[in-house]
Amino acid sequence: MTDARLLTRALADPPSTASFGPADWTPLIAMARAEQLLGSLAHRLDGLAQSDKVAELLAAARASADHARRTALWEAEMARRALADIDARVILLKGTAYVAAGLSAGIGRSIGDLDILVPRASLDAVERALIGRGGWEWVKEDDYDDAYYRRWMHELPPLIHKERDRMIDVHHTILPPTARPTPDADALIADSEALDPSEPRGLRVLSPPDMICHAACHMLADGDLAGGLRNLWDIDRLLRDFGEREGFWDDLAARAERHQLTKPVARALRLAEALYGTPVDGDVAGRGRAGDALYIRRLLARDGWGRETRKGLRQAFYIRSHWLRMPPAMLARHLWTKWRKG
Amino acid sequence: MRHERRIQVGPVGFRIGSDWAAPLAALDRLYAGYPEPAIADFTVRLEAPRPWRRWLRPKVHIGGDYMLPDAAPLSLAHGLLAAEMGMNLQMALGQRRYLLLHASGVEKGGRALLMTGLSGAGKSTLAALLGECGWRLLGDEFALVDCDSGALHPFPRAVSLKNAAVDLFDDVDPGRLGPLLADTPKGTIRHLRPNDDAIARMEETAMPALLLFPRFGHAAEIREVGQGEAFVRLTQASTNYVALEERGFEALARLIRTVPVRAVDYPDTESAVEAVERLCEDLA
Repeated sequence: MTDARLLTRALADPPSTASFGPADWTPLIAMARAEQLLGSLAHRLDGLAQSDKVAELLAAARASADHARRTALWEAEMARRALADIDARVILLKGTAYVAAGLSAGIGRSIGDLDILVPRASLDAVERALIGRGGWEWVKEDDYDDAYYRRWMHELPPLIHKERDRMIDVHHTILPPTARPTPDADALIADSEALDPSEPRGLRVLSPPDMICHAACHMLADGDLAGGLRNLWDIDRLLRDFGEREGFWDDLAARAERHQLTKPVARALRLAEALYGTPVDGDVAGRGRAGDALYIRRLLARDGWGRETRKGLRQAFYIRSHWLRMPPAMLARHLWTKWRKG
Repeated sequence: MRHERRIQVGPVGFRIGSDWAAPLAALDRLYAGYPEPAIADFTVRLEAPRPWRRWLRPKVHIGGDYMLPDAAPLSLAHGLLAAEMGMNLQMALGQRRYLLLHASGVEKGGRALLMTGLSGAGKSTLAALLGECGWRLLGDEFALVDCDSGALHPFPRAVSLKNAAVDLFDDVDPGRLGPLLADTPKGTIRHLRPNDDAIARMEETAMPALLLFPRFGHAAEIREVGQGEAFVRLTQASTNYVALEERGFEALARLIRTVPVRAVDYPDTESAVEAVERLCEDLA
């Protein structure tokens, strides 16, 4: 039975696709689309000899990623303008941060929502500015969901722009307060870097070690691994960008510890090494654990038709994601309320 | 998947997988004679939304590379329609190589006529009728404009005849007609395979020569349409105009600048075919 190894190999080792025939390309493209990685793959394979059809498909995917990039940067600029009067640092997260900072992880990346991080103390002012001046509005008008977000989540309820139809997620930290690790949000913000050093009041991104911590935490401590191959690809690209810098791995180990994310970061490194051949520091990655194999099976659970496979394993990771996010009694109450509301 | 069929329509290759044999058998008959792509541009999946829905009151969920999150599944009896909708969905959401216009097209003597308008305006029926009387059908639903050359790439998939339009094609070769699909979400539908000429020449592009906005059910009238209005209406008729950015703008602007544009109101289909033929002789 095929799994997404086909895709991870093509990403990690583009020349290996030289031997691909039509029977490989159709499944590869379907998998890459399903994992939101076709733009990244298309850039990786750019310049290699391909049949006309493959070259056409990949060129269209690159054009599509260019559009995603431009749209994401415009959205970030719109948020910057709406928040310019607020005396708080505004930090771009995830895809938008990668393209804005010119990092390899941004090349060909698909980008959906705009994610920003702001100090918790500024949350109300940010919300007012986005709605009042920016033209964003609430997505859902559900009292329970709204209250849940505000009380228990690391972000505001999602806002959508009235005219541009794009979502913004405003975070005040990178994990729900109900989760067991408590990342140091103040440190994330304090050590963030201005995109343009001559414009210290402009948009910012996380420091390199914090970017890895956030990516690992997003992938392993806060979800069911949906989109995991893409998140792991981000981590691979970031580590290749930063790994050669003086002192990076020591900084990463120290930051991971400070954010109580040593385990997820170590595991993310091992998974990236296993699936994408990422060069990692053995001390930070730690020794392989028995569970790693399950994560790999879950990450690769995709067939050549782009379908999700290994349903039981997927379900187990889904349940785990809720388990990680909240204590059992709270989870029971939450699921009960959600179930009653249908 | 259990069953697979590949279909090449113009420049686009589809791979359609299905949990059931029946929808693909119907697709096979409808698309008899179409080439099969070695590498597919798009994958469509017809799958049971729940495992038991394969047998128990079977339902077809339309999946694929691109999907609508909350699309209602169809009954298995409408499996052929599900396959057609799946292919349309891939084009509408995923096509990035060509400027995609929600328009029908026909060609004669190397000059193409494009027709666009709201659903029910009759563009599909008109194109199919013209396709039976000396014109080559380029497509009844989507027009693919080449952003570099401005040429139209044929996309002659099966024509979807709806409701009253079904009866207009009683006298075509019955082998070209799909099964009559009653009570679909869009009413009664029957698919019609374009004629052999349209299929044999599906790789042959044509330059646009005339753009029409037909409207069914009004007193016969032909009006000129300004370039600004035509441009805006076409941006609304395109699914990927925004995503193509500058290339899309240039392609659309060139189309509007180079072809005459008319709005055509018509009370019935015979007078419409006549009016369109006359317009083409005068303008194209």
